[in-house]
Amino acid sequence: MESQLHVIGVIVFVIAAFVGHHVVHRVPPLLHTPLMSATNAISAISVVAAITIAGSAPEAVKTTLGVIAVAAATCNVVGGFLITDRMLRMFGGGKKK
Amino acid sequence: MTPLDLNTTLVELAYFAAAVSFILGLKLLSNPRTARNGMFLAEFGMLTAIVGTLLSHEVVTYQWILVGLFVGTTAGVFIAWWTPMTAMPQRTALSHAFGACAVALVGVAEYYSHGAVDLGRVKMTAIGFEVMLGGLTFTGSLMAFGKLQGLLPGSPVTYKGQNTANMAILLGLVGCVLFLIISPTAPMGVFYVMVALSLAFGVLLVLPIGAADMPVVIALLNAYAGLAGSATGFALDNKILIIAGALDGASGLILSILMCKAMNRSITNVLFGAFGKAPEAGEATTVTGTIRNLPADEAAAMLTGAERVVVVPGYGMAVSQAQHVVKELSDLLGERGIDVKFAIHPVAGRMPGHMNVLLAEAGVPYDQLKDMEEINDEFRNTDVVVVIGANDVVNPAAKNNKASPIYGMPILNVDAARSVLVLKRSMAPGFAGIENELFYRPNTFMVFGDARKTVQDFVNAAKKVSQAA
Repeated sequence: MESQLHVIGVIVFVIAAFVGHHVVHRVPPLLHTPLMSATNAISAISVVAAITIAGSAPEAVKTTLGVIAVAAATCNVVGGFLITDRMLRMFGGGKKK
Repeated sequence: MTPLDLNTTLVELAYFAAAVSFILGLKLLSNPRTARNGMFLAEFGMLTAIVGTLLSHEVVTYQWILVGLFVGTTAGVFIAWWTPMTAMPQRTALSHAFGACAVALVGVAEYYSHGAVDLGRVKMTAIGFEVMLGGLTFTGSLMAFGKLQGLLPGSPVTYKGQNTANMAILLGLVGCVLFLIISPTAPMGVFYVMVALSLAFGVLLVLPIGAADMPVVIALLNAYAGLAGSATGFALDNKILIIAGALDGASGLILSILMCKAMNRSITNVLFGAFGKAPEAGEATTVTGTIRNLPADEAAAMLTGAERVVVVPGYGMAVSQAQHVVKELSDLLGERGIDVKFAIHPVAGRMPGHMNVLLAEAGVPYDQLKDMEEINDEFRNTDVVVVIGANDVVNPAAKNNKASPIYGMPILNVDAARSVLVLKRSMAPGFAGIENELFYRPNTFMVFGDARKTVQDFVNAAKKVSQAA
């Protein structure tokens, strides 16, 4: 059962990598800097793992590591998306004023 | 369905929604018009995933989470609002460090609370990779940040036996991971030695890499951070982490390959070649010819008399913050009916897309920004090329001098244009330490001085011409 779970994980990984390759290839060099900050913000989804650690039954070491991880990942989520938007606004995307 | 099952299902659904939104968000990033909406979608997915996790039964206390969220949000907002666009490479390096730090800490916490026996070999493998990649990306990115921010010397730091030392540490690192996987009962100390080795390896990996090679390094660290995130997903049986990590990893890898191609070098060469220290490789080329120096007003007259102008920006434009005045010049010329375009080499600047962001910040419409492939054939029909703080990416030696260390690197064919204006601070060679024969060509004119000041002089002179007309 456990090994089955991991096989599914591998399948998910490979499919996601293909999809990622396909999608990222279409991003023009013009937007490579926003692309990098966007994928960086997206991969900061690891904040959910940090949350489960910081939110589990309190234990000094584990909670400390968890809180630092939550802070670091949140900084990337918030900062990453905000700065991506700041850049994309400059490229005249989404004419919302 | 018991309530517990319902809760788990809802969390899984939230993660699934997040995964879909991330992929669609990146897809919409293929066009500057849709990119922003794509990111709104991804943000919504992120929010869904975070709220879902907060509501899951795995979370029993909130106070510490809130502390982390508060600190992270404050820092994130601060960084996002106050980072100037010229400092985007540093910001990116720093965010890779944060991301990798979070991932590594999650791995350490998992190991700390379960131990290898409890985790089983598969999870131990995942945690091993997670902490190894996370650790080296953390310190490696901090090093990259230090070099880009100017806190550390930007030139490569090399010493005798460097590659051997690095290989030894890497072997030790991989050895520790394998040891932990093969014998789960290994003392916990092995794990912490592994953590220490991965941190040390990150520092040593980036130490010998020069500032000019940073586009590759940043992209590569991007890929490592993504893969570390995926490994976390394996360790925690969390699909969304696997997916997001794979997306990030794919993006980082594609960008590093593109950057390497644009420099005609392999990734191994960037990492172990210590390129910047090798001016002796270019010793054979003594370029002969005369340098033609042109005063700013004559250069401006040349520009205002042209029909087609192409601007080639490089890192020098970022250093002197010349993007706004460059835009002013471009507008002035545009008003006179002159066709102005910008030619962006893939490795111009310190990270992929750096120049595009700077020019977009200054308000240059993106349809004026052209990639190397798009514009390279147009130089033939160009009257004046203005090279601002770029050097190696316009060096014809890459095409016609087999002895040159940059031979084979794709360059912008500016030498095909009728005349070339090169704005440069001094005659010092570029980061690769190579003489640029372009500067000695009969159709090349050098304008020495700070790029921003020089372009400002052009603008003033061009205004005078306009008023006189």
